[in-house]
Amino acid sequence: MALSVEFKPVFDCVGWHVSLSLQGRQLGCERDGRWLFEGLDIDVHCGDIWHVAGPNGSGKTTLLKVLAGQFNEFCGALHWQGKPLGQSREHLAANMLYLGHSPGVSAGLTPLENLAWYEALHDECSDATQREAALAVMGLEGFEDVPVGHLSAGQQRRVALARLSLTPRALWILDEPFTAIDQAGVEALEAQLLAHARAGGAVVMTTHHVLAIDHLLRHVALG
Amino acid sequence: MPPSETTQRVAVLAEPTSRRLGVAFGATLLRDLNRVRRRRGEVLNPLVFYALAVSLFPIGISPEAELLAVMAPGLLWVTALLATLLSLDGLFRSDFDDGSLEQMMLSPQPLAALSIAKVAAHWLVTGLPLALMAPLLGIMLALPFHSMGVLMASLALGSASLSLIGGIGAALTVGLPRGGVLLSLLVLPLYIPVLIFGTGAVQAAIQGDAVLPHLAMLGALLAAALIFAPWAIAASLRISING
Repeated sequence: MALSVEFKPVFDCVGWHVSLSLQGRQLGCERDGRWLFEGLDIDVHCGDIWHVAGPNGSGKTTLLKVLAGQFNEFCGALHWQGKPLGQSREHLAANMLYLGHSPGVSAGLTPLENLAWYEALHDECSDATQREAALAVMGLEGFEDVPVGHLSAGQQRRVALARLSLTPRALWILDEPFTAIDQAGVEALEAQLLAHARAGGAVVMTTHHVLAIDHLLRHVALG
Repeated sequence: MPPSETTQRVAVLAEPTSRRLGVAFGATLLRDLNRVRRRRGEVLNPLVFYALAVSLFPIGISPEAELLAVMAPGLLWVTALLATLLSLDGLFRSDFDDGSLEQMMLSPQPLAALSIAKVAAHWLVTGLPLALMAPLLGIMLALPFHSMGVLMASLALGSASLSLIGGIGAALTVGLPRGGVLLSLLVLPLYIPVLIFGTGAVQAAIQGDAVLPHLAMLGALLAAALIFAPWAIAASLRISING
């Protein structure tokens, strides 16, 4: 049964009646004969914002892909809601929003068409008004019908980020969400991440930005 | 981008529900057609290549109608095959580069079905126009008029198989910086059966023999490709993305 509610933001997870848990134990990943990371433990619960830090090439993106259930060549155990990923992959996919290193928006389509396609992939029905509202949240009013290829890199990233407010998902896995976003946008996105965590969601992200909300984050360092 | 704390929506953990595959399939097909509508040049490239390449043969070989008519089925088919090959490289390329493929993999729909939607869009903008255009070029090669229908039918059927088989090669090579040549090497041997029965159908039509067995074989090849290609394409895409 799909449940989707307007959830009043709370400042802790009391009253959050379904707890969220993504648990990685002794995660390790080898590429080209080199261990990107090994023996890594991570516990993602509701209200958490995890910051995966590390130098270039230290396996941040790979770790996010592993956590998203997208990359299977790793050792260690990954549990979603207490069940091994093998049994709970679909459940995880239904509750997760993954934004990859590339924004995942097609240059030949308008922002509205891009969002409509995502929703069709997940069989979510919202109407054009809601999509326009989500784009407006990201500061893209007036660009709804401009092919994405004509927009700047930051605006393209914002089209992808518009899904954060369009699709209610508990777990956000964001790979470099701040890339190419301007200062005001970074602040607004930080606030959005915080609001999501306070509303009981969870975020796992990588970024090279120094964030104002840094002291509220949980950190995992690679490399 | 104001912080929307009061309107922040968070889903209670949702059970995966049965998603409607048709919606995702149709949306992906329409999405690709929409993209093509904005970049018409890419659709025209294979068609212009087809017209130009076919028109080289009367110049290069001989303008004699009898000679050309004998070779016409083979020439039209081989060139259509090469034109298809030319268009394959772009099949998954832009989705791979912009991260859309990753999102397709994460969607609850089977990747095989979504990639078939993309292949179907490819056929609609490449194979079908090639088939419709072939009679015009057939006239140039003095192809007997009564075989035009069979030429179109065989190309329409055969090019669907070509798109499906080519999709496997395109999916395998999409992660490589210059996969075009490798793609041809992978795919051309697999195209041979389609070529044999495609030209066979047109030749049979010219000679007044039974055409249906050849078309039936093309249909069988298409059915086999429809069964096996989706899984092969999906598996290849997974390798390319995580490789």
